[in-house]
Amino acid sequence: MSVEFRKDLFADERDDDLNEIGKPTQRQDMLGHVTGRSPFYDDHLFEGLLHMRCVRSPHHHARIRSIDTSEAERLPGVKKVIVGSDVPNNLNALLSLLDFGLDDEPLLSDKKVSYKGEPVAAIVADSERIARDAVAKVRVDWEVLPHVLDVEEAIKPGAPSVNGAYPANKFIYHGKYDHQKLRYGDVDAALRQADHVIEGRYQMSPIEQAPMETCGAIAAPETNDRFVCYTATQGLFFSLGTAAKLLDLSSARLHFIGGTVGGGFGGKVDSLHEPLAILGCMLTGKPCKYMFDREDEMQVGAPRGAERWYITDGVMNDGHIVARKFIGYFDAGAYTRLSSYAIIKGAGHLPGPYTIPNVYADIYCVYTNRTPATAMRGFGITGVDFAIENHMDKVANTVGIDPIELRILNAYRDGDMKAHRREAKNTALIECCQVAAEKSGWQTSDWVKQQSSLSGGGGERGQLPTHTATDQHGFVQDGQSGSYGGGSKRQEKSAYAETAAARAAPPAAAPPLRSMPVAQPPTQPARTPEPVQSAPAPAPATGPTAEPPQPQTRRSPARFSSISGLRRR
Amino acid sequence: MAQKPVQFTLNGEDKAAFASDGQNLLDMLRRGVGDLSPKYGCGQGACGACTVLIDGEPCLSCLTLAETVDGKDVATTSGLSSGSGIHPLQDAFMRNFAAQCGYCTPGMLMAAKALLDRNPQPSRDDVVEAISGNLCRCTGYEPIINAVLEASRSGASQPNG
Repeated sequence: MSVEFRKDLFADERDDDLNEIGKPTQRQDMLGHVTGRSPFYDDHLFEGLLHMRCVRSPHHHARIRSIDTSEAERLPGVKKVIVGSDVPNNLNALLSLLDFGLDDEPLLSDKKVSYKGEPVAAIVADSERIARDAVAKVRVDWEVLPHVLDVEEAIKPGAPSVNGAYPANKFIYHGKYDHQKLRYGDVDAALRQADHVIEGRYQMSPIEQAPMETCGAIAAPETNDRFVCYTATQGLFFSLGTAAKLLDLSSARLHFIGGTVGGGFGGKVDSLHEPLAILGCMLTGKPCKYMFDREDEMQVGAPRGAERWYITDGVMNDGHIVARKFIGYFDAGAYTRLSSYAIIKGAGHLPGPYTIPNVYADIYCVYTNRTPATAMRGFGITGVDFAIENHMDKVANTVGIDPIELRILNAYRDGDMKAHRREAKNTALIECCQVAAEKSGWQTSDWVKQQSSLSGGGGERGQLPTHTATDQHGFVQDGQSGSYGGGSKRQEKSAYAETAAARAAPPAAAPPLRSMPVAQPPTQPARTPEPVQSAPAPAPATGPTAEPPQPQTRRSPARFSSISGLRRR
Repeated sequence: MAQKPVQFTLNGEDKAAFASDGQNLLDMLRRGVGDLSPKYGCGQGACGACTVLIDGEPCLSCLTLAETVDGKDVATTSGLSSGSGIHPLQDAFMRNFAAQCGYCTPGMLMAAKALLDRNPQPSRDDVVEAISGNLCRCTGYEPIINAVLEASRSGASQPNG
């Protein structure tokens, strides 16, 4: 098998004495795959295995007046009908294990449902067929509620409240704000001085991961008072912790076996199957399997969340983007799952792989009566990249610049400061653009061919803005950041303190706009970099993204060491 | 529930099982006689992960009633290798990185086996056509197509290499 490596790029940075990296190496599990012996979770056979199917909501949004399971329970072969009150701790948020987000989702809903397909009861029966028959015999008395399926409709006053933990349909970030903020420089001032203001609206749909093996788990009693659980999960310890929490069991009593996953792509982290299979096993004393069939996988399995982005760019005639403003709406569906985290990732990615001196983002994690969203390959990044790159083409068309040249002109380079206040390292957008142009036969100028990520960055481009415009917009009273009492109290206190400080702060004098030395555009006369003005110190920093006083030496606000930080040295 | 006795050969060995009403071949192979190589992917004939050969013809075992294989010859991926050796198709899949998660692989292999058994020197288009009923979500089809072509060149049409 041949693999093409472009050793001409970054040649002086690569050690060529590695034994494995950069060379095709056989998978350790390949022999199992081609002989059909790889042990997927459902390849473990149990005598007397019971099968589980869920009773699901036919409505987007409804209150549960009552659930009548008596007819289903009388069906021969039905071993148990599980409802919400059977779940020891029937409220969870996946990220609560990190104390990030409030518990908002029941394993089996007993009060109301917030999406079509939400489970309200689980049948445990001798066969899958009997379980299906019994599902049809459960009578649920629904009080149908108005629903909302659009992110912007959902956050309007008077919209139906989807999620009990977040009545305004917006996740609360850090216990303080109803959205994730990014503030870097002064976007509004820069937009006023730009030659062009270019706006765009971008919408991405939910996407189902569609693994070949559907999600599922089998739980069985072990002789030592433990439960063994064979599972298709992508996050074995994540699922173990979630099961322990929902079932109020010591994790020492759970024996999880996984690692052979028939495709996941992010869709197998939600840990819905393990706790329910174990609960079925606990309540019957028998091995119990809970698996999605293909229809469940497509209709109920959590997809990549839909995103809507509004982008406003301030662009100079020469193609330099001086300001980029984002308003983003991430459709979490009915429950948080991992969406709040996806947005944190997304905020760190803005404004894309470009060095733009003024960046602003408000990103909302919105609850709607749609299937909850979860992880999928690059979630939090892919959707906004779709928006950004479409917008780059729109900017190129509007300003009349070749789209490759526009990207290279604004590309980040090693040593530049990124909007989330970390230095750009190992950048390669320019080289990617060059190779993409070459491979697609796109004619480029000599200027494009001469550019390099290794030069032209840093210096003034590596400095933080002299001033960042901050605000308290979207501040939430009584905010809580996590499910555990101590953490939320601390958050509440600091939130109040910040409000007081914000009120006390004098209004900031209009600060100078930041500009930066730039890569020379190919067809324009050389642009004289405006000197960075040493402005009088702006008003005391008060907002959540305001800069603390910095020493005069080169600022390096990076908080975390990068695992790839050592590559270029 | 009525149960029907079914006698068939599986990879050359005599097997007998009871098929319950409406039981499909996939379920009987996996739970009835313990051959776990065919996989459930969709249960509706869309993905090909359950592909087996019945009297040499590729069939979707999830859409085949178990009782209909009475007296027939069923072949699965479990029977591809003999002893310690592996079949040239398996070898070609390994060398061409034609599997990632491995879940579609047994079905792919049987579809490819059916092709090479009736057409030992297939064209690329023949291979594409032969595996067109089998979905793969991770590997991508190129390495699989290359593997089947490579196997055809190494004489995979000969039983067990």
